[in-house]
Amino acid sequence: MQRIGVFVCHCGTNIAATVDVKSVAEALGHEPGVVISQDYQYMCSESGQNLVKNAIKEHNLTGVVVCSCSPRMHENTFRKAAAAAGLNPYLVEIANIREQCSWIHKDIASATEKAIILGKAAVAKVHLNAPLTAGESPVAKRALVIGGGIAGIQTALDIAEAGFEVDIVEKNPTIGGKMAQIDKTFPTLDCAACILTPKMVEASQNEKITIHSFSEVTDVKGFVGNFTVTIKKKARFVDETKCTGCGLCTEKCPMKKVPNEFNMGLDNRTAIYIPFAQAVPKVATIDPNFCMMMKTGKCGVCSKVCSVGAIDYKQEDRFIEQKYGAIVVATGFNPIKLDKYDEFAYNQCPDVVTSLELERLMNAAGPNGGTLLRPSDKTHPHKIVFVQCVGSRCDDSKGKPYCSKICCMYTAKHAMLIREKYPDTEVYVFYIDVRTPGKNFDEFYRRAVEQYNVHYIKGMVGKVTPRSDGKIDVQASDLLANEQLHIDADMVVLAAAIEPDKTARPLATMLTTQMDTNDFFTEAHPKLRPVESATAGIFLSGACQGPKDIPETVAQASAAAAKAIGLLVKDSITCNPCVAHSDELMCNGCSSCEKVCPYGAITYIDKEFKMPDRTIAVRRVASVNPAVCQGCGACTVACPSGAMDLNGFSNNQIMAEVDAICK
Amino acid sequence: MQEAMINRAKQLLADGAVNRVIGWKRGEFAYDITPAVFETAEELEKEFVYDDFTAANVSKYLVKESKKEGKILAFLKPCDTYSFNQLTKEHRVVRENVYIVGIPGGPKLDAEKIKAKGITGILGVKNENYTLKIDTVYGEEIMPFYEAILDKCATCKSKKHVVYDELMGEEGDVLDSNRFDMVEKLENMTAQERFDFWRDQLSKCIRCNACRNVCPACTCEKCVFDNPNSGVENKAPADSFEENMFHIIRAFHVAGRCTDCGECSRVCPQNIPLHLLNRKFIKDINSLYGEYQAGEDTTSRAPLNDYKQDDCEASIVHERGVE
Repeated sequence: MQRIGVFVCHCGTNIAATVDVKSVAEALGHEPGVVISQDYQYMCSESGQNLVKNAIKEHNLTGVVVCSCSPRMHENTFRKAAAAAGLNPYLVEIANIREQCSWIHKDIASATEKAIILGKAAVAKVHLNAPLTAGESPVAKRALVIGGGIAGIQTALDIAEAGFEVDIVEKNPTIGGKMAQIDKTFPTLDCAACILTPKMVEASQNEKITIHSFSEVTDVKGFVGNFTVTIKKKARFVDETKCTGCGLCTEKCPMKKVPNEFNMGLDNRTAIYIPFAQAVPKVATIDPNFCMMMKTGKCGVCSKVCSVGAIDYKQEDRFIEQKYGAIVVATGFNPIKLDKYDEFAYNQCPDVVTSLELERLMNAAGPNGGTLLRPSDKTHPHKIVFVQCVGSRCDDSKGKPYCSKICCMYTAKHAMLIREKYPDTEVYVFYIDVRTPGKNFDEFYRRAVEQYNVHYIKGMVGKVTPRSDGKIDVQASDLLANEQLHIDADMVVLAAAIEPDKTARPLATMLTTQMDTNDFFTEAHPKLRPVESATAGIFLSGACQGPKDIPETVAQASAAAAKAIGLLVKDSITCNPCVAHSDELMCNGCSSCEKVCPYGAITYIDKEFKMPDRTIAVRRVASVNPAVCQGCGACTVACPSGAMDLNGFSNNQIMAEVDAICK
Repeated sequence: MQEAMINRAKQLLADGAVNRVIGWKRGEFAYDITPAVFETAEELEKEFVYDDFTAANVSKYLVKESKKEGKILAFLKPCDTYSFNQLTKEHRVVRENVYIVGIPGGPKLDAEKIKAKGITGILGVKNENYTLKIDTVYGEEIMPFYEAILDKCATCKSKKHVVYDELMGEEGDVLDSNRFDMVEKLENMTAQERFDFWRDQLSKCIRCNACRNVCPACTCEKCVFDNPNSGVENKAPADSFEENMFHIIRAFHVAGRCTDCGECSRVCPQNIPLHLLNRKFIKDINSLYGEYQAGEDTTSRAPLNDYKQDDCEASIVHERGVE
């Protein structure tokens, strides 16, 4: 006979204000098997837990139901309390009467009724709970960092510093990411390359760090502590081990009209190229879409001039497989495409540029060697208009609903740098609000306004029209002066919204992590677990989780590293005992479960069975590896014969809950 | 055709290529042709039948037969090959142990349709230029051939064999079938009309289990309806819930795996159009996840066992359900 204890929590007024907790305790006290039913102000408190522990001992309880908050909050607390009192922790069930009841209802009578029903379902379930024992699984002492921007580099350096092997997978030919393209950094105005490249070099020199550049993650299997990842090393048609990065091939390559991605297409590169001088690894890559040899079979100049014989036109994609204990996602961001913003004439006029393009125009390694010239006629611009929030804080389908966060500061930086270097240039900034909540940020912005006399105008630009005389007519409203303005500008710079990199979405699917509607990775808790994903062993670093500036990115990157290190130092982790198992007598061996298992936990074995007619038959049956199974339950619903079941969430338990709710 | 099949079977037996043949033999009446396993040339000559009443799909029998010693020869009609492929995909038959001879399919005759014309005591039939000459104990009767064919043949989806080792006769094509017409008609009913239609049909069920036993998708080692732990086990329709739910549960269990062979309706002694439940699932899968024909191949991922990023949101079911 079951002896079940029910404990109803008030959660202060969180529950008690909407749910009559006394009635709930009273009603559940009459459920079959319930021998004690109590309510208490804070069940999670020390004395609340003691109430549970004492009841377990006093009434020799065989099951416990706690009606309280979400199991995500305190299930562990009560499991530990039960274990301390000698009851198997998996004989504790939580009825969530806070998030799923008191918080979402206003009417006390109906909320109380619902709380009772939820409690009854938990009692019905706990009748069928079986004691479970958690196993252990080893942790692979190696981390994978996906993305080699400043976030990925910082995370990798910190993990390596702690003594663990780290692999960086970067899809581009070099690490460095967006920061490598930036000219100066706010609020100190130091040169981005000067602070980034030492980190890039450090990463490449660190013995614990392996950089897989021009590579992609194509498959992820396994679970926390034990991921198996397939990495595609894309063919770069140059032997990385031989190439010295001398650059002779890039000088001699006759195909010189390839848009240069690093300079945002503002100038050209050759078909064989090294993205920039400080690239890491400094290895050439052939772009097969433009290489004459690859396209027509005629040329071969690079292979002739290469003194070490590194060119290999027949190189193919290679796949490597590696085990990791932890994975850090650092896939970063991109500015949005501005194709839909015809009002700003971005596609019509070469002198309308994005802020990232302006970074390249002003950079010494950029298309103009660091002199700010108009892309159209290479003349000095004398009047520049900056437009803020292009696609940010947008309520239509063209843009993004969020604030891109970095634009106010980099625009102030651009305005200030231009005024500093070219004092004869007038600079206008059109803004909705200026947002500068960071250390020394507002001081920085005020310097732009007060010291450098940048014209900050509250209002949005309505229309940008290129004129035949080469000027650009900017039509805007000044909301404070309540005036319509026409500015004949030489250049317009658009602060395009930023969005997560396109590779993030398929990656999230591979990693079984969650994303929000904007494709930013979702953290496990927005306040208390900001660098962990909801999937154990997957951590988030940098702008893939939300818009961030460099200081924030680096802080989060180190935080993610700390979390990964915390995992890697463990020799083993406790497994979840709520895993699937197959009833071999019912299994048809149809492979449905194997196909839906996201963790590769199911294999098939041929097993001998004694049949009812006393013959022996060899049957193909499913076998679950409990160390790999994460208890998601996908197999239990895919199984056509009902052979698969989940510990702690068995089909019978769920049916009992449904029955209790529908009664 | 029957002669050619017997000869080929004898040849293969004599060669030792196979040690058994699965085909059909006559039952009590001319029209109840039943699957049977033959081991010798004599048995074949004496009992093997392949005629216009030979509609039974033998694929399911191969679940057991293909696991026995030696190779078995199976004569499969186009629709049967889809079932066989699906069973191969689910690892239910051992492909290597079956030698498949593809044979031309129907249309096959429905004795019930002949009886419905008031023609009884059927001894045999002859198809002469699509006029059916029926030899009965009361003399010869005639009726148009196409009025006597099985529903499943009237809405045939394919004359193509999707798997075989050798073929007798010409290979056919996948047909542009009108098999979803009746499903559409049901969809256009109001919820109440549809409910009444199915109540009317399903209330005829006597729970003989013939549909389940013949279904090539129903090959579970232990059927939920025979498992006391499943909570839905029962032998007879104890209440109205049972008779309704039995078929609906079964339709869910074979969803995405049913090849639409139509055997369930063919064998139903109460003439319940059970295949319509399965066809509704097939039609929905086609429209929600893209065209999919179970049994067409042995390697593709079934839509219900697969996840793609552009899969429809689950809420579509609710949206569609709103009248």
